[in-house]
Amino acid sequence: MSFFSYAWDWITSSANWHGSDSIPHQVLAHIGYSALPLLIAAVIAIPAGVAIGHRGGRLANVVINVANAWRSIPTLGLLILLAVFLGFSALTWLLPLVVLAIPPILINAAAGVAGVDPGVRDAATGVGMTTWQQILRVEVPIAVPLILLGLRTSAIFVVATATIAAYIGLGGLGRFIFDGLASNEYGPVAGGALLVVFLAVLVLVLFTVLTRLLTPAGLRQQAETEN
Amino acid sequence: MMWSWIPGNWPLIWQLTRENAYLGVVPALVGLVISLPLGVVAARWRWFYPPMLAAVNILYAVPSLALFIALIPAFGLTDTTVVIALTVFSLCVILPNVVAGMRSVPPATRQAATAMGYGWLRRLVTVELPLATPVIIAGLRIAVVAGISLASVGQLIGVSSLGYLFIDGLQRSFPTEIWVGLFLVIVLALVCDLILIIIRRALTPWAVHS
Repeated sequence: MSFFSYAWDWITSSANWHGSDSIPHQVLAHIGYSALPLLIAAVIAIPAGVAIGHRGGRLANVVINVANAWRSIPTLGLLILLAVFLGFSALTWLLPLVVLAIPPILINAAAGVAGVDPGVRDAATGVGMTTWQQILRVEVPIAVPLILLGLRTSAIFVVATATIAAYIGLGGLGRFIFDGLASNEYGPVAGGALLVVFLAVLVLVLFTVLTRLLTPAGLRQQAETEN
Repeated sequence: MMWSWIPGNWPLIWQLTRENAYLGVVPALVGLVISLPLGVVAARWRWFYPPMLAAVNILYAVPSLALFIALIPAFGLTDTTVVIALTVFSLCVILPNVVAGMRSVPPATRQAATAMGYGWLRRLVTVELPLATPVIIAGLRIAVVAGISLASVGQLIGVSSLGYLFIDGLQRSFPTEIWVGLFLVIVLALVCDLILIIIRRALTPWAVHS
């Protein structure tokens, strides 16, 4: 039997849809474990990225390189280290996922704002916009597609990686995977993995829609010709 | 921190570091070898790229652990499973960069090469690919750094890497081991990143380095 037939048999078995460890319960838990760190990372990294992109120059270069190196922090290692020191506190699973989610959001927000055409900036100054107006009404709207791309990348990382939170005893779809591995049952392992993929694809679709809705009208045509 | 643990376990630490380096670097190189022809094709025939990009985006959304698990029936709990899964991820990062790099070659440069009598292959190898190198290596850097970090997850299905130090450290409640693992994964990733930066500078001596 293949991965998909194992996964399908397990997902469609009605016994897995009831009780405290049911599929709907763990899917909701997984969404919760993913949404909160993503939100925290966005609140930190979007303003920081916009500020860095606006300032530009050397600092932007340094920050982007640091954020790239930041990616090397292994989430599993950080999670386990915190588990040993803090036990099962909220910080134990939140911090590694926030750390994971920050670099893509930060880099894309900074690149988006830094990439605004200098002519457009000059025009904004020319019509008498203050620095704040310039950032909020010109630079950020132009950077929206890249900011959303960063958020999407992070969201997918977080949804995929929240799986390993179950390794230190938390809920979510990783529960099925680790319990299955421990009891040598491939059904829940494959089923849990497939559900995570399904959630990740859902994120992809959600962000495709969001990008359509939030991209300023003036940018849409340009984006279409570039793709 | 129990510093004395480190010299006492040096052979183990060195072996795990080598295994982790192998699991992180080999997939990125295989990914590069696959991405180059695909990227060249996608840059030449534009209609080919959007479906390819969509496929790559969906593949990239697959959790590494899920992909390891999906490959277990075919390849078992072996290195091959981890290498193939990480190759898929590296492909997702490198391929878009190969296409972006090829597209970043100015049309005038391309026309100049043609005007000088360069054939298709010669123009590709001696003009377009060298000019695309910085962008391609930027993708390779992300693939290597992410690969080294992700390789440690392979330990969850029993494939040996620095992830061993995390899991053993957790089971023994021994933070020193976890610290050492974290530190070595980061150092290994940064060293590989640095090597790639040096290679980029050697391959593109004409570029202005900021």
